[in-house]
Amino acid sequence: MKINKLYLALFIFALIAPAALYPVFLMKVLCFALFACAFNLLLGFVGLLSFGHAAFLGTGGYVTGYLMMNAGVTPEIGIICGTIAAGILGAFYGKLAVKREGIYFAMVTLALAQLAFFFYLQAPFTGGEDGMQGVPRGHLFGFIDLSDNISMYYFVLAVFIFGFWMIHRTIHSPFGQVLKAIRENEPRAISLGYNVNDYKWVAFIISAALAGLAGSTKTLVFQLASLTDVHWHMSGEVVLMTLLGGMGTIFGPLLGAGAVVTIQNYLSGGELGNYVSIIMGVIFVVCVLAFRNGIVGEINKFVKKNFGH
Amino acid sequence: MKAMTRTLLSVAMSAALVSTGAQASLSDDKVKIGVLADMGGVYADICGKGCVAAVEMAVEDFGGKVLGKEIEVISADDQNKPDVGSAKVREWVESQQVDVVTGLVSSAVTGAVTKVLTDNKKLALIATSASNAFTTKACSPYNAHWTYNVAALANGTVKPMVQAGKKNWFFITADYAFGHALEGVATKVIESNGGKVVGKVRAPLGTTDFSSYVLQAQSSGADVVALANAGSDFVNALKTSAEFGLTEMVDVAGLLVFTANAKALDPSIAAGMKLTTGFYWDMDDQTREWTKRFRQRHDSIPAMGQAGAYSMTMHYLNAVKATGTDNSETVMKYMKENKPNDFFARNAYLRNDGRMVHDMYLVRIKKASERKSEDDIFAIEETIPGDQAYAPMLSQCDFK
Amino acid sequence: MATFLGINLFGLSGQLLVGLINGSFYALLSLGLAIIFGLLRIINFAQGALYMLGAFFAWMALQYMGINYWAALILVPLAVGVVGILMERYLLRPIANEDHLYSLLLTFGLALIMQGVFTQMYGSSGMSYAIPDALKGGTRLPFMYLPNYRAWIIVASLAVCFSTWWMIEKTKLGAYLRAGTENPAMMQAFGINVPLIVTLTFGFGVALAGFAGVMAAPVYSVSPEMGSNILIVVFAIVVIGGMGSIGGAILTGLAMGVVEGLTKYFYPEASTTVIFMVMVIVLLVKPAGLFGKEA
Repeated sequence: MKINKLYLALFIFALIAPAALYPVFLMKVLCFALFACAFNLLLGFVGLLSFGHAAFLGTGGYVTGYLMMNAGVTPEIGIICGTIAAGILGAFYGKLAVKREGIYFAMVTLALAQLAFFFYLQAPFTGGEDGMQGVPRGHLFGFIDLSDNISMYYFVLAVFIFGFWMIHRTIHSPFGQVLKAIRENEPRAISLGYNVNDYKWVAFIISAALAGLAGSTKTLVFQLASLTDVHWHMSGEVVLMTLLGGMGTIFGPLLGAGAVVTIQNYLSGGELGNYVSIIMGVIFVVCVLAFRNGIVGEINKFVKKNFGH
Repeated sequence: MKAMTRTLLSVAMSAALVSTGAQASLSDDKVKIGVLADMGGVYADICGKGCVAAVEMAVEDFGGKVLGKEIEVISADDQNKPDVGSAKVREWVESQQVDVVTGLVSSAVTGAVTKVLTDNKKLALIATSASNAFTTKACSPYNAHWTYNVAALANGTVKPMVQAGKKNWFFITADYAFGHALEGVATKVIESNGGKVVGKVRAPLGTTDFSSYVLQAQSSGADVVALANAGSDFVNALKTSAEFGLTEMVDVAGLLVFTANAKALDPSIAAGMKLTTGFYWDMDDQTREWTKRFRQRHDSIPAMGQAGAYSMTMHYLNAVKATGTDNSETVMKYMKENKPNDFFARNAYLRNDGRMVHDMYLVRIKKASERKSEDDIFAIEETIPGDQAYAPMLSQCDFK
Repeated sequence: MATFLGINLFGLSGQLLVGLINGSFYALLSLGLAIIFGLLRIINFAQGALYMLGAFFAWMALQYMGINYWAALILVPLAVGVVGILMERYLLRPIANEDHLYSLLLTFGLALIMQGVFTQMYGSSGMSYAIPDALKGGTRLPFMYLPNYRAWIIVASLAVCFSTWWMIEKTKLGAYLRAGTENPAMMQAFGINVPLIVTLTFGFGVALAGFAGVMAAPVYSVSPEMGSNILIVVFAIVVIGGMGSIGGAILTGLAMGVVEGLTKYFYPEASTTVIFMVMVIVLLVKPAGLFGKEA
């Protein structure tokens, strides 16, 4: 019940937010929040640290951008195709990566993502360093003009809510319960007869596809798909968002994404531009040393300790 | 539930109204100039904070006010990333009432930014981008391109070399918009003058090790190895060429060399190289006087784009003053109809496609023994009239 | 020009040699990672940043203190080693008992900080460091002009890699190290100060990165980003080689440099991706890596 009220409050806030805040900024937060939630599905609920999620974000973005520019599809088709493409890439990468565990998993995903980076750098259709510029936002279902920031915002909000709901459903399904069991005690899950690698693989695909969904949406918002989205920095950023917000929590990634995007936006305008990387690094170090549960995790702990039973 | 939905919907719609209304009702009570450039990356020295200083200097020389309104200058770092730059500019024009954007270094960033500006009917005053796309295949009535472009570089540097009998060329090209454009234009110049391109290799922006590219150039049998890159990429490529003995075997031509890069190179490697530039600080009293004032604000000799940024800001402000408005179309019309003329803009005019045509200079990098000071880098060999340096206007870009 | 079956042998040999030079750096960096991993079971994400630090220290030493290349070759790895020791002692040790993913994240954060600090101080356009006078010039080989300094890179890196291998595999100190890897509790019981060994090992692994940084300074431009790009390649190399052996790390590093050189000759477009492709193949065929022991 309490949770439902929280959802409602957040929903209302999201509806009226563009009145006070710059809509493109809000859309950026929503896209990254979805990205972080997708990533958290893997890290927080399966215990797999992927250092290559930028590949899926970027793939979604490039595929959607390409279709919007060259095939003249409507935005919803473009986004669906981008999501599917990221899911397919996730199927390949996931198959390889789940063969290894722990830090090896992180290194393998990082290296695989770098493979994707170089592919997109050289592939003729991406525009290389120039990026894919001037992607039209198009007309949703053929008649809602998204070039207006406000309509675009509500569309992005809808996409986000869909993605968030998908993750929520996954976690609370029997499938999600098995994932949690794997995270807690993998040998036990194996001995219970679960094919652990297959479960990890499916989780990886879902996570990749949703990351692609975030990337597709982001491309429409900024009308641009670029190498930044596939660069390993982006993979690091999503780890940071999740860690800062609280991994394995529902709202953590959301909050983390909001915080990181706000910091970046705030710093990028002024003299402090070059400090972004330092500040991100410091947050990483502080989170790891003193703050491993993240903001939401710490709040939960505090609430449980003082009000819980 | 139905009532609930309705309430939410009306909240949402009023939110939409408030924010769109807010944007439309904001009147322009000042002229706001945004300077977008790479502030700390490979191109920081050729525009960066120096461009901000030059624009601020122009505003100050102009009197700080136009039509009784304040002139404000804001700046941001694009990190050479198109997404960062275009997001910033979108925010500037959509929520911060920026009227005009200048600076603009990396051609990739400029490509993305000019699209946003044209969509929003705001002017792009391009100071340091090299690609000619902004006045050709991506031309727009809202673009003005100052200083130089790839066509001027190729006509200035490549043509005399091919005509002097250097027929076989190899390109080491920066792998993005600018490099491709430069390579393309130079190739046309080479082929139309009877030369040919025997090979090319594309190196990513910010390549640290050029040795394998240099080896490819070496085994290609070319007379000239052209470096179609810029900034520290150029410096690194030339240093590696020297290390592997390439500079002794063939001519290495830097197609885009800024004073800061030429200064950073050991004269024993760079001396004698000929290149084309749009401005050189030590040209005459006028440029030296301006440079002296510029150096009080920014601690280095001005790069050509920094001088260009001053010149175009001045021309823009004059246009705003003369027309009594900051309406983009009106101001641009005035800028095209009236010739800029200052220490930078010699025999200059802004063509209808947005290309600012002015005198260019073929210069030679001086030997160590010729240099009187550490800033004494170029010797001017020849002045190239603007109409010979720049390619003719395309009819589809003739915006009156 | 010498050709064989339509292959330009001169061009090919040149690219192979350049590949071997790059391979020397890969070998030094993956060796450092392997040594650290062996004892601490962590992947040092800051290894690339420490390599960058080595190059910058060399540049700063010359710029501000007039310390020349040869002195820097000794002093800088020591300084970088000290940085590593402080890192291990004050940041990594407190979380040594947590999931190793945290130490990965911590070192990643440290890498970001170091890169950010140097970008802030020196910009990202890169500094240049002159080749020492004794190694200027070059030798004209039949197939290419080999700059002396590049030859020196190969010789010096191989010497350092080989002596490290010899020290770990053949000496008593190395035996302690290997035993500590196998069973730290047992070692402690024998009265050997395991935490000290851990700290020193970390320092040594990191010093190798510093050494590579000094070697790189004269040929690559000294820039804050020089470490991050090479590190991901080294990660792929580590996955290919597996973490099982010191010799394996060295061999894989050199071999991948050569593979990259070959690709640059035959199909340059794939030269940036070839190592990752090899990694994919190795993962399919032998997930533990070529020299890997663990499952």
